[in-house]
Amino acid sequence: MIKNTENRYGLIAITLHWLMAIAIFSLFGLGLYMVELTYYDAWYKGSLDLHKNIGMVLLVVLMLRVVWRMVNTTPQNADKSASLVEVKVAHYAHIGLYGLMGTLMLSGYLISTADGRAIEVFDLISVPALSFSFANQEDIAGSIHEILAWTLIILSGGHALAALKHHFINKNNTLLRMIKVIPNK
Amino acid sequence: MKKALLTTVLTTSLLASSFFATLAVSTVQAADYKVDVEGAHAFVQFKIKHLGYSWLLGRFNTFDGGFSYDEKAPNNAKINIEIDTASLDSNHAERDKHLRGKDFLNVSSFPKATFTSQSIKFSDDSNAVVTGEFTLKGVTKMISFPVVKIGEGQDPWGGYRAGFSGTTSLKLTDYGISYNLGPASTHVEMALHIEGVRI
Repeated sequence: MIKNTENRYGLIAITLHWLMAIAIFSLFGLGLYMVELTYYDAWYKGSLDLHKNIGMVLLVVLMLRVVWRMVNTTPQNADKSASLVEVKVAHYAHIGLYGLMGTLMLSGYLISTADGRAIEVFDLISVPALSFSFANQEDIAGSIHEILAWTLIILSGGHALAALKHHFINKNNTLLRMIKVIPNK
Repeated sequence: MKKALLTTVLTTSLLASSFFATLAVSTVQAADYKVDVEGAHAFVQFKIKHLGYSWLLGRFNTFDGGFSYDEKAPNNAKINIEIDTASLDSNHAERDKHLRGKDFLNVSSFPKATFTSQSIKFSDDSNAVVTGEFTLKGVTKMISFPVVKIGEGQDPWGGYRAGFSGTTSLKLTDYGISYNLGPASTHVEMALHIEGVRI
């Protein structure tokens, strides 16, 4: 139930997946919203702090997720009719999404720590800056952060559409097995 | 033939005298100085009120310029400064990023701010009013502001230096910066502290 098996995802993998999906879409919305706030908006400071806090927690969750994926079994494809090419593409697309999420969060961290300041996560943990920085770090990291955020949202949309395609067109349980713990048909 | 020779001599002497006259004028004219950015004996600073409760200070780290000045003819002085707007530094990366962005200086579209003097009028040995064209965020305005000569003389390494300070207040909306920082923060105080090395 907790762990993955050869033909189904376990509770931990499913929870991590949806937790990150909700957090990432929320952070994207919050990010778009907070940059439009102006100086005298009450949430001008709070929105940015919340974005950084959730982002840093998400970075830890992502690391746990990658570790969990590596130590755990990866279930076989739900779609038995999928060609080898499709299987490979799906595999690298998932790896790409992990890399994209990691780079996105890292770029956010590099904006806030560009001047050596630490990030105070929920006023509990202080995440220090790197011991080095590069020229115009906050601007470069900022541009990367924005571009990657849009890229991730677009690719996640594609990822969701692909799941819906498997569900409604191919009629296999690719989508359902990520919603509840059920084996492949 | 005689007439031609006379004309030649006359022309030559005229040319010569005008040449020496030019030479004489240029030695009387102000000496030229390069702003000592290399040794960082020059500063472009700004300060603006934060919420009306305190002053926020920052500076531009990259700029260049020169001036000409002669004690004997101070009103012939000239100055020009070019500031790299992206070099803004308020000791807080997130704020600097915001100030460089479209809400404020939009440095990717307007990478330079410049000042070129048109007149400098000294009222005594050290106080003057500088008038000239200032360009910021693509807007050029004629501004006047007081400057003070701090001092001049030989430096210990064989050079000759002179230094000035000037301050002025700029209204943000005059330069297309309309972001609301509050009623106490509509103007930014600019300060230029420069030392030039004679070239």
